[in-house]
Amino acid sequence: MIAKRKSRLARKEAIEGFVCIAPWLFGFAFFTLGPVIFSFIMSLSKWDMINPPKFVGFANYATILTDDFRFRQSLKVTAIYAGTAVPLGLVCSLALAMLLNLNLKGMRIFRSIFYIPAILPGVAVSMVWLMVFRYQGGIFNTLLGMVGIAPVKWLTSTEMALPSFVIMSLWGVGGGMIIYLAGLQSVPTQLYEAAEIDGAGSWAKFRTVTLPMISPTIFFNLIMGIIGSFQVFTSSFIMTQGGPAYATLFYVLYLYQKAFKYLQMGYACALAWILFGVILLLTLIVFRSSAAWVYYEAELKK
Amino acid sequence: MSVITRTLPTKSRREGAALKKMWRAAAYFTLIVGSIISLIPFLWMLTSSFKDASKIFVDPPQWWPDPWLWSNYTKAFAKMPFALYTWNTVKITAVCLVGQLLSCSLVAFGFARMRFPGRDVLFILLLSTMMLPAQVTMIPVFKIWATLGAYDTFIPLTVPAFFASAFFVFLLRQYFMTIPHEMDEAARIDGASTWQVYWKVLLPQARPALATVAIFSFMAHWNDFLGPLIYLSTPARRTLALGLYAFQGQYSTDWNYLMAASTVTMLPLLVLFFVGQRYFIQGVVISGVKG
Repeated sequence: MIAKRKSRLARKEAIEGFVCIAPWLFGFAFFTLGPVIFSFIMSLSKWDMINPPKFVGFANYATILTDDFRFRQSLKVTAIYAGTAVPLGLVCSLALAMLLNLNLKGMRIFRSIFYIPAILPGVAVSMVWLMVFRYQGGIFNTLLGMVGIAPVKWLTSTEMALPSFVIMSLWGVGGGMIIYLAGLQSVPTQLYEAAEIDGAGSWAKFRTVTLPMISPTIFFNLIMGIIGSFQVFTSSFIMTQGGPAYATLFYVLYLYQKAFKYLQMGYACALAWILFGVILLLTLIVFRSSAAWVYYEAELKK
Repeated sequence: MSVITRTLPTKSRREGAALKKMWRAAAYFTLIVGSIISLIPFLWMLTSSFKDASKIFVDPPQWWPDPWLWSNYTKAFAKMPFALYTWNTVKITAVCLVGQLLSCSLVAFGFARMRFPGRDVLFILLLSTMMLPAQVTMIPVFKIWATLGAYDTFIPLTVPAFFASAFFVFLLRQYFMTIPHEMDEAARIDGASTWQVYWKVLLPQARPALATVAIFSFMAHWNDFLGPLIYLSTPARRTLALGLYAFQGQYSTDWNYLMAASTVTMLPLLVLFFVGQRYFIQGVVISGVKG
């Protein structure tokens, strides 16, 4: 009797549990799993969304990998951007967080000032940076002019356009900074005291206590930074449309153009899968390497 | 730390104090310079929005508007229906906010409190969907909505919010796990159903986490550009972000109006930030430390 009642209760709980997660299950089926399968099939097709798709096998992938200058260019642009903006961002946000962690007066105000750029709408921010980078009368060139340096063609020259995006990305380091700040505040003070007794100076304390203790946070920010920099879209769409001469043709911008400008939907799906592959590969590499440099306290306790 | 300082000889203590003061001064200096760099683009935007168009890119630069043209704002609003765009954005953002709060908290409740077969596997599946870049599903999802006749409506921008998003579910589930089970059990002994436990016991307890979700949801939808860009074509349906983009396309030389419109687009987020700063920071911290 009791066992039967118990199993009936368990069944009721199971049903209610599925009802609870039903929104996600439906969402997963319709907005993730279905589209993922569909997207893969379309990546093997020639499809303009108007006429029925035509199966072409791996032709899209073959074209992308062997005969698409703009694909190679967009991958190069995105990789260079990720390779510079991510490490610079990591260093700058950590440096800011360490300064804020000194328990100075006004810490909260500084924290707000640095964090705000990270939450603002990309379109409006891009408009502002168009002004900042403007050749004639922009802030940067005005400031350079004051110290007697000739104006720079920030967004309009092939050499400076991508570095301009890197500079702009540094403006948004506040998000990473806040995560570091939380990490720094969770480092036990006894560790610093112990290091001081051992005669460690500031640099030694930073290297032997701070860095290992916040390495999980660095790891997290690194992964998020890589993923984020491979998905840059709004700023390049608004500010340069990928120009000049494809110098800022970010990967997702190229994907967008293929899909919604040239209506090569199958081709764009193939591009999306390659993007997924690249992000996955980089994430895996970072994960693999993390055993060597990320320190988890829990591991030691085991 | 104070214990150690006290054991040091007097001389080096004094030197240490002087050194510390120097470090502090250097830190303040760096922070202030950083703040100025951080704020200049905003201030430039703000002052430009009050200037006459001919005074924006002049040499030497005009740091302060002279005269202050408040009319730039009314003119920008006359050139493009920004009030309508704001209203559209408010509608989309509000519907998404409600949808995500309800769906994500319910799903999180299921994962945190209910026992059912396959729960842990499904939860891992949920987490792994966060790895998938949106670009992979973007085109098929677009096709689905277009087939259903929802192109150029708010439906593709709002309805998905009712189907829970992985990150918010994760965040809320982690929070629910910290609420003691005794609370639910006490309610159940008093005869509360599962839904009453969810609605009357756990939701009120999870207010801080819900506030974080609300703020991040608001931010994501208010700032969204790619979604409206793909799905909306009628000018009267534009959101603020899309309207701002269209405005730039049409009046690219009217920087003063453009900056007025940009300021208006940013303003609600700034207000939200100062009201809910705690939850913003909490959200970033939860995502970073526990993720």
